[in-house]
Amino acid sequence: MTRRHQRLVMVLLMLGCVALAVGFALRAFNGDLLYYITPTQLYDGRAPAHGQFRLGGIVEKGSVRRLPGSMTVNFTLTDYHHAVPVVYTGILPDLFRVGQGIVVRGRMVNGIFEATQVLAKHGAKYMPPGIHPLKPSSGQEKMLALKRDLAGGARS
Amino acid sequence: MTAIRLFFHRLASPPHFYELSKPWGRAFAWIALVLILVGLYGGLWLAPRDFQQGNGYRIMYVHVPSAWMSLFVFMVMAASAFVGLVWRMRLAYAVAAASAPLGAAFTAVALVTGSLWGKPMWGTYWVWDARLTSELILFFLYLGFITLNRSFEDQQTGDRAAAILALVGAIDVPIVHYSVDWWQTLHQGSSFKGLTSEIAPSMLWPLLVMMAGFMFYYGWLVLWRARSEILLREADREWTRKVVGS
Repeated sequence: MTRRHQRLVMVLLMLGCVALAVGFALRAFNGDLLYYITPTQLYDGRAPAHGQFRLGGIVEKGSVRRLPGSMTVNFTLTDYHHAVPVVYTGILPDLFRVGQGIVVRGRMVNGIFEATQVLAKHGAKYMPPGIHPLKPSSGQEKMLALKRDLAGGARS
Repeated sequence: MTAIRLFFHRLASPPHFYELSKPWGRAFAWIALVLILVGLYGGLWLAPRDFQQGNGYRIMYVHVPSAWMSLFVFMVMAASAFVGLVWRMRLAYAVAAASAPLGAAFTAVALVTGSLWGKPMWGTYWVWDARLTSELILFFLYLGFITLNRSFEDQQTGDRAAAILALVGAIDVPIVHYSVDWWQTLHQGSSFKGLTSEIAPSMLWPLLVMMAGFMFYYGWLVLWRARSEILLREADREWTRKVVGS
């Protein structure tokens, strides 16, 4: 083996070791790297027992109710398997609307998620106005499209 | 075959690179200027408003190319570092050193434009999700490379130390890229799936032109900066004295 080959092998070995170490570390922390959990993951018991966590879902149609004379709003976040009622008092982001992916931060109190922060999750679609992506032909297609926008890494 | 080998062999020789880089750099600069002007005109005037975001989405014409370049430049740096470490090629180290501040700048632009977009769209300037955090780490890796590269009395030692950092740090590039697929993030997933895109064609073409423009812009600047990095590394050589004229 020439010196050059030795160096090549050394560098490749180093890269392999580092990749392996990082891979294991990311695997170990996999659950903590999720920015939010879905309603299904919440029902599977993946939420922390105490304290705040983030929940992501689609704002369910017909679920948005504003309390008259206040900044309080009630709505339901769904991933089409499970739905979680949310209550929030404060200013909603501009993109908050029915059918939009939303990430809320807060805690579960008696089966209701009390949110202290509401963030809008933007999808990967960009198009001119006039075309309505939220009205695909069938209900199932719509569900799949929204789920894909929402899901991110739910496959793992 | 021999012609190709000869081409690369000559390209690797610092004086030859110094000669070639001047006309190539100039050509890249002009191509970049034209592409970026066309892309900006297309993106800011010709492309229609977005159905949800209105005009706010137009920041992507700077954000997406910058973010793409932040990953691309790091790959160039890591590849150069690899060639430098294995084949002891001085030109490769010069290219890596020339790339680092450019990559850091692209990363900073991606972070700042993304943050400015995040406030009106998400409702926050910053979140610690996997995409944003890994991109911030990439920025610090660039800064680490720059500092390490200049931390030694002997430039060759600095080159080698920084090269190892570039190779180890390159693991962050796929993490940034795939973070939106691997983990649930606030940042949206990629709008590109293979060769198809979820961006309407009338909005997509200026983005692609901008991305090509940014590539040539980087090509121009990296050649320009590599020229001075070469002179620095070859300061005691005969050809350098001739070129500089002292």
